[in-house]
Amino acid sequence: MKRLPQFVLMLIAALLLGSCKREERVLRQPPPADETLNVVQISGLNPGANSIPTPPPSNMYEESAYTVSEGQKLYEQYNCVGCHAHGGGGIGPPLMDNNWIYGSEPGNIFATIMQGRPNGMPSFRNRIPQYQVWELVAYVRSLSGLLPKYVSPSRPDEMNVKPSESSTPHQNPTGITGEPEQRK
Amino acid sequence: MIPEATFHFAGLLAQAVPLAPGSHNILHPGAPQGSHIEWLYWFIFWILLAVYVLMIVGFTRAGAKSRVLSREPLPISEYPEGDRRAKWAVGTAVAITVIILFVVLAISVATGKRVAGMTTSKNPVTISVTGHQWWWEVTYPNPQADQTVTTANEIHVPVGTPVVVLTNSADVIHSFWPPSITGKRDLLPGYSTAFWFQVDQPGVYRGQCAEFCGLQHAHMGFSIVAQSVSDFQAWQQQQLKPAAEPTDQEVARGRAVFLTHTCLMCHTIRGTDAGSRVGPDLTHLASRKMIAAETLPNTTGALAGWIVDPQRIKPGARMTPNPLAPDDLQALVSYLRSLQ
Repeated sequence: MKRLPQFVLMLIAALLLGSCKREERVLRQPPPADETLNVVQISGLNPGANSIPTPPPSNMYEESAYTVSEGQKLYEQYNCVGCHAHGGGGIGPPLMDNNWIYGSEPGNIFATIMQGRPNGMPSFRNRIPQYQVWELVAYVRSLSGLLPKYVSPSRPDEMNVKPSESSTPHQNPTGITGEPEQRK
Repeated sequence: MIPEATFHFAGLLAQAVPLAPGSHNILHPGAPQGSHIEWLYWFIFWILLAVYVLMIVGFTRAGAKSRVLSREPLPISEYPEGDRRAKWAVGTAVAITVIILFVVLAISVATGKRVAGMTTSKNPVTISVTGHQWWWEVTYPNPQADQTVTTANEIHVPVGTPVVVLTNSADVIHSFWPPSITGKRDLLPGYSTAFWFQVDQPGVYRGQCAEFCGLQHAHMGFSIVAQSVSDFQAWQQQQLKPAAEPTDQEVARGRAVFLTHTCLMCHTIRGTDAGSRVGPDLTHLASRKMIAAETLPNTTGALAGWIVDPQRIKPGARMTPNPLAPDDLQALVSYLRSLQ
């Protein structure tokens, strides 16, 4: 029984060691293969023999907090917010609820972004590189809690009730304003 | 045997010897503020040099006196009990040190005030500099929206005119530092500040981000092109124009490539459908001397290499690789090279 504290300490150390796993950031994304979007299908209904290929694996983008946060950045920069807002929807359908018109699987969302959808969703084929589409897919899925919590980014600043410190309203610069003063 | 101190001294001298006259050198200022900073540099340098020489002389004399070199045992104390000369010597040295430090402090504060204070009332040019990972967005704001010039990384200023710089940052803290012109100024996200500088000698001065801001911090340069007032106005008028229309088929095809590929998701070319503000404004790309924040010369080859694989040149940069077909790439580069 004397050994118990040591044992507990070792266990804690081992746990801490286990948490040291660092995400690897892939800076040079592999060049996209052929357009895979046509093998992604929305519906399981198919005439004849069931020949739907499996959607391409996208796990590498959903298991890294870095790629999901990149998706969050792109969601803003590529103006997804223009229609879907920060997940709440507006002109486009909300993305943070549990209703998926065209499916919630990564392959479905990928196809939606690449192909466009009726009533306003444009096609981003050739406009966004495939790896960035997968990053967007990962972020969109994180909005409705389909991704584990440890990779999901926090809410964007814009959604806070009070503006965050880093996005305070524009302030007039202190010091020099317009016409410089004559120095005596 | 050369004492190690000699090397330190040589290092100091090497620092003092002016580097080849360049545009990125606090010892070759091209602006009044830069001259103040250079003066402060030499002031502190000569004080430190004097202190250094005195220290070495003192150490050498003490060493010779106590015969360290002859390997005889050192005396515990040179002075007999009750002799207060040692205390006086130490006290005087401390007092001199404190006085010198205060003088340096006072002169530094005075120089800081001279650098920050506005000494002229001529109408300033106002520019707004926004730091991005890893490039500089530069606008010349004007109440009339269509008179606002937007460019990147290459800041044109008229000679002899104060330039008021409004700073901001889009992501993290950057620092604006043209060493030949003025001191460093941090760009803070979400918080606008202002400072001014003035360039007296025409020329191209290089600047650099001076606050670590991520992977490509080292490749986040900019240049300040100081030119005569008339040249500056001509440049401004040219920048206000929308992008040049394609004149031949190759260039027209290049524009089509630009507008149907990933480029238009991030870049603006005024006069076309591309209007995104994520990356630098490319309306007059060909008028700039360098691309990728002063990393590459603006040549056909460098431009093509940058477009195809920016991640090899600046790993981590926000621009994506663009595997274009060779003839598409050729056309796209011709188009970008035509954007004077």
